[in-house]
Amino acid sequence: MAEMNDHGGHTVMRYPVGVALAGGALLGIFFMARGANTAMVLHGFLFLAFCVGGIFLLIRQAYAAPTDAAGTTYNDAVTRVGVIISMFWGVVGFLAGLVIALQLAFPELNFDLPWTNFGRLRPLHTSAVIFAFGGNVLITTSFHVVQRTCRARLAGEIAPWFVLWGYNLFIVIAATGYLLGVTQSKEYAEPEWYADVWLTLVWVVYLLVFLATLWRRREPHIYVANWFYLAFIVTVAMLHIINNLAVPVSWTGTKSYTLFAGVQDALIQWWYGHNAVGFFLTAGFLGIMYYFVPKQAQRPVYSYRLSIIHFWSLIFLYIWAGPHHLHYTALPQWAQTLGMTFSIMLWMPSWGGMINGLMTLSGAWDKLRTDPVLRMLVVSVAFYGMSTFEGPVMSIRAVNSLSHYTDWTIGHVHSGALGWVAFVSFGALYALTPILWRRQRLYSLQLVSVHFWIASIGIVLYITAMWVSGILQGLMWRAYDSLGFLEYSFVETVAAMHPFYVIRAAGGALFVVGALVMAYNLWRTVRGDLRSEALPAAQPSPAVAPAE
Amino acid sequence: MLYEDATSFAASYGLIYLVVLFAGVLAYALWPGNKRKFDRAARLPLKED
Repeated sequence: MAEMNDHGGHTVMRYPVGVALAGGALLGIFFMARGANTAMVLHGFLFLAFCVGGIFLLIRQAYAAPTDAAGTTYNDAVTRVGVIISMFWGVVGFLAGLVIALQLAFPELNFDLPWTNFGRLRPLHTSAVIFAFGGNVLITTSFHVVQRTCRARLAGEIAPWFVLWGYNLFIVIAATGYLLGVTQSKEYAEPEWYADVWLTLVWVVYLLVFLATLWRRREPHIYVANWFYLAFIVTVAMLHIINNLAVPVSWTGTKSYTLFAGVQDALIQWWYGHNAVGFFLTAGFLGIMYYFVPKQAQRPVYSYRLSIIHFWSLIFLYIWAGPHHLHYTALPQWAQTLGMTFSIMLWMPSWGGMINGLMTLSGAWDKLRTDPVLRMLVVSVAFYGMSTFEGPVMSIRAVNSLSHYTDWTIGHVHSGALGWVAFVSFGALYALTPILWRRQRLYSLQLVSVHFWIASIGIVLYITAMWVSGILQGLMWRAYDSLGFLEYSFVETVAAMHPFYVIRAAGGALFVVGALVMAYNLWRTVRGDLRSEALPAAQPSPAVAPAE
Repeated sequence: MLYEDATSFAASYGLIYLVVLFAGVLAYALWPGNKRKFDRAARLPLKED
């Protein structure tokens, strides 16, 4: 595949990119000098540091030996860095979640400081797990999968690095902003206008890298995982731009006002919010499923036809489901019903996809016993099925009247986030690390098994505690006495939830411990260590293959 | 453009467009002639490392 190593492009691009970075550095200095508040000054400094670092990397790349000195044809350098960054943000994000779970159980842990209170740490947690961990996993795996399934090197020698580092600059700007109180108060879209503009730039380059790699593919068919990744990239771009349309108060300040108002703003926000679930946390990770489950099981996709129908019906339906977040609000009833109906219809593609993922193991079910990585991937698909069953139930208006604003929602989100998104990501990172660092296998499969069980028990504790707490909370809120008065004051419901908050924090602690075990295992794998352990023997294939 | 114009457009042309598009997807996925291509595609993840 020597002809793939065309380096003509990147030497041409080096100069304009360098000039742009120099201009960016000046812009950073401008914001440092003229920033209207501390956050803007800090973010000017971060931008300056990013641009200077970028110039340094460009110079280093210019004097380095050609990229393919190691004989590789794929761009695995960028995905290797992506794996490390993903694991780092995973631990940070889970830890932030544990801290805020403990804050809910023991409010003293807010420390009465603005920077450490729940209101600022909560978006830090959600952004760290969804965008920092999940986003980096998606960028990293998409770069890997598109290269392998197109049998083509990733397009551009500078652009993929810009996407990875630029995206992480966005993460750092967002996270530090939250701690300093910078937010536009839109759930899962908290970063302010200047961070949004930067992310738009990064995202357009991401799209171009992905499309250009598809364009140079040596495989005639575009594999289904790439369709899912492409839907994720394109739709997130659309959602991000529209939901973040805002007018800054000044060009040197952090504050902006959103373009929409009232119920229109609410609808746009939840059109964005639910499609962040649909296209970021679902479509993107289904791309991971469609590559890594067959890969790890060494079996072809169960039904490729079903995967195509899965893809199109999922994206046709998801985009309409958002209004179910606004039941019993000023949103017109017909719009609420529309959102509910489409959410129910989503059962079909969701379960079609789950069945396709699980049935890919036909003929390889015995591998679940011997391969803990595959076990993680399969359990993630099972959780995908479970949480996509629960979600439509909760979107029914009558059920929502009980579940909305309670911990049931939090439990539902976490069965999806921990069980599906995190587990499928763990499986992908475990599968990727030995490949990217050319190791024979992971450092320890037993540690993967340990991680699997610790994290699974953590998830079970988490979601069961939140089911009980949520339904308890919902029932207490709607309990009336014989005279028609509310039976409980709000604070009584808060006190009743305390034991479940403690159980939830315990579950979260187990999840964090599992992630630390994983980080250790990956680190040893990267170092090239192999733990001597009795590997479970693979089942000898029976002489007669079972009917399929 | 008024609200009514937008809804009547969505409820007619928009609906037809999406239904036809989805029918096309179904036809493409289930077309017997595409089976061999899809069987090959289903094995794509197993090709490279």
